[in-house]
Amino acid sequence: MEHKLIVSTSPHIRSAEDTRSIMCKVIAALIPVTAYAVAVFGLSAVWVLAASIAGAMLGELAVQKGRGLPVSLRDCSALLTGLLLALTLPAHLPWWIALVGGLTATVLAKQLFGGLGHNIFNPALVGRAVIVVSWASYFTAGYAVNLSAGVSGRPVVDLGLANTAAHNLVQRAVDAVNGATPLAAMKVVYDPAGALAVPQGLKASDYYRPLLFANPWGCMGEVSALLLILGGVYLIASRVIDWRTPVIYVGTVAALTAAAGRDPLFYALAGGLLLGAFFMATDYVTSPLTRRGKAVFGVGLGLTTFLLRFWSNNPESVMFSILFMNALVPLIDRYMVPRPYGRERKGKAEGAAG
Amino acid sequence: MGLMADIRRRRAGVHPPSRKELAAEKPLRPMSPPERVVIPLQQHIGAPNRPVVKVGQEVFVGTLLGESDSFVSAPVHSSVSGKVARIDVHLTPQGTDALCVFLDNDGRSEKDPSAAPPGDWREMGADEIREAVRRSGTVGLGGAAFPTHVKLSPPSGYPIDTVILNGAECEPFLNSDYRLMVEEPRAVLEGLRIIMKAVGASRGVVAVEDNKPLALEALGGLIDGEELKLRKLPTRYPQGAEKVLIKTVLGKEVPSGGLPMHVGVVVSNVGTAHAVSRYFETGVPLVERVVTVTGTPVREPANLLVPLGASFAAAIEECGGFAAPPGKVLMGGPMMGLAQYDLEVPVVKATSGIVALTPEEADYEIPSEPVCIRCGRCVDSCPMGLVPTSLASFSHFGRLAELERLYIDDCIECGCCAYICPTRNPLVQLIKLGKRERAAAKRREKAARRSTTGEEGGGGA
Repeated sequence: MEHKLIVSTSPHIRSAEDTRSIMCKVIAALIPVTAYAVAVFGLSAVWVLAASIAGAMLGELAVQKGRGLPVSLRDCSALLTGLLLALTLPAHLPWWIALVGGLTATVLAKQLFGGLGHNIFNPALVGRAVIVVSWASYFTAGYAVNLSAGVSGRPVVDLGLANTAAHNLVQRAVDAVNGATPLAAMKVVYDPAGALAVPQGLKASDYYRPLLFANPWGCMGEVSALLLILGGVYLIASRVIDWRTPVIYVGTVAALTAAAGRDPLFYALAGGLLLGAFFMATDYVTSPLTRRGKAVFGVGLGLTTFLLRFWSNNPESVMFSILFMNALVPLIDRYMVPRPYGRERKGKAEGAAG
Repeated sequence: MGLMADIRRRRAGVHPPSRKELAAEKPLRPMSPPERVVIPLQQHIGAPNRPVVKVGQEVFVGTLLGESDSFVSAPVHSSVSGKVARIDVHLTPQGTDALCVFLDNDGRSEKDPSAAPPGDWREMGADEIREAVRRSGTVGLGGAAFPTHVKLSPPSGYPIDTVILNGAECEPFLNSDYRLMVEEPRAVLEGLRIIMKAVGASRGVVAVEDNKPLALEALGGLIDGEELKLRKLPTRYPQGAEKVLIKTVLGKEVPSGGLPMHVGVVVSNVGTAHAVSRYFETGVPLVERVVTVTGTPVREPANLLVPLGASFAAAIEECGGFAAPPGKVLMGGPMMGLAQYDLEVPVVKATSGIVALTPEEADYEIPSEPVCIRCGRCVDSCPMGLVPTSLASFSHFGRLAELERLYIDDCIECGCCAYICPTRNPLVQLIKLGKRERAAAKRREKAARRSTTGEEGGGGA
């Protein structure tokens, strides 16, 4: 028979899932929160998103072209990095800072380590860390927006939040502390030694509804905890990510917070925790390989975030927790290996084999 | 199995598209006998056979062609009646040339006059049954081709309490075991009972994946539930891998480096059990087997009863030939099958299927520079609880000591890791390479030690 046949070793078929399809699923999981952020923050959000994504993709392209490597923009990983970075930024950030962040993410944190699969630290978070350190003032103030008016005078999607007692307290708190994020405001409530004053009677529970449905005092990705949770649930259900890291991370933070006598639900919903837990700590490249490792990683993240939130002056606790735990991943991988079939945990063969 | 146990059980393995529907409901059909068959003298794992026929000699269906005095071997027999045309090397599906007996078929399909049933197994002792199984030339028909009588001879220190009849047939495309379970359930179960008697097992478990309701029904109607039990398995590749099957069915793990007998179990494939019972019924040794000839390029996929030694080309021709050019033709399924480059190779005892893939399905593109995005899918899918990506990268870089630390020899080469890898890394392929390199390094080390001591001796003289 004159057919030319291909010869190779088994297996001869491959699953349809590839890097691109996985990255696209993560991007899809982020689309609701991204779209909502644009609705709430308006055009400035679009500029930050566009600049961050363009920076990340340009950085990837430039290094790969410069090194004469095949360009891998098609796998959508640089696009995802840019999108994730943008969601950790405030909408009022000048676009060129977002661009610098995007470039830093893929050039410094990813390509200089050898490209996809070789970086130790989460690229989006390295990009953010560089911006936060370089242009700190944009991150500590400027969230002074009116909940009922929204940014640039446009009304926030009406969720019946306006003119409730809780809303008025929150609005006064925002005004009093110069547009502070909920975490910063509650730091004052729980720790009155701080210099700033917040309205009497402000409680953590007053923030539940804004945090879940419309929270303009923070980064774009923190605009709705509900949409982040929905995205995370979709990724877990479609088996793109494992439940262990995000659930254990958030659970550890909540448990430690409760043990410290503070409101665990508020601390689970506030700040970058949900965005970080579902979308950053689950980044394949910079998180442990095995399920046991992922569980350990989650506990370590929760502990680090709790410690930073309550014993440091830095509000960027999730970002630094993840970057810190990224550094421990090789160590976790070394010890958190699965128990092989037919062997005991420590590696001896079960019983006597002949 | 309780709900908690189901939740706790590691969900290893993968779910490749089954593609069994191409031929699943095609009843068994004997292939028209080819004019020429080429029968390799060795079709088993173990010692090679020597030919016992001469060129020009007349043979019948079941005539002994080759055998060995070694215990770990299985004789081969003629699948047609006619004349020995040649005894010469010929390409085999394993990809190497091997000594084969070329037979010209006279078309009369005359049975060897000496072929007679060995007797009623119920009256026979374990040794007699094993000897009969040895004479029948039966080997593991699931693809491993390990001599069955050897498997039925566990050393005295290892009592066998359970025989598992492996009807998982978890490889995509294949239906040979399925058709036997549906069409000849009685013979299959009889074979299981014979095997149980040979190893002294009191319990038989018939294990079938839940994607084969007709097989479960056919067997279930014949099973009393006391001596024999029917066990429905979740459909998941590699459910039929011996060690995986034992864990699913009995909750036991075979110790690393050990065999099923070390946990009191013998696992037998459906086709093997069928072959054993057929021999006790007819006295004709293993000279034909069920072969699923299938795949998108095959015009009329079918489950054929193929005389051993018929060429792959003839079997495919029997199914109407190719409707579209094939990209790959496999012996066995797409997860562990062997790719063929010449379709003149003969069907052997290990040929559970002939599967053709289109060039697009064959997906032969392997990245020049393997990239791991550390998604962990290979780790989660590994039924042996290994870390394939680490094994593959240590193999790639020749770090042999690390391979040992990560238990490379525990790998059963099922291919789940390479199947599931989103960056298309050739994981199992690199692991196979690492295994061989490690074995080679050990041999070199041994040889070096020997030659060093030899030189010292020489210097002293």
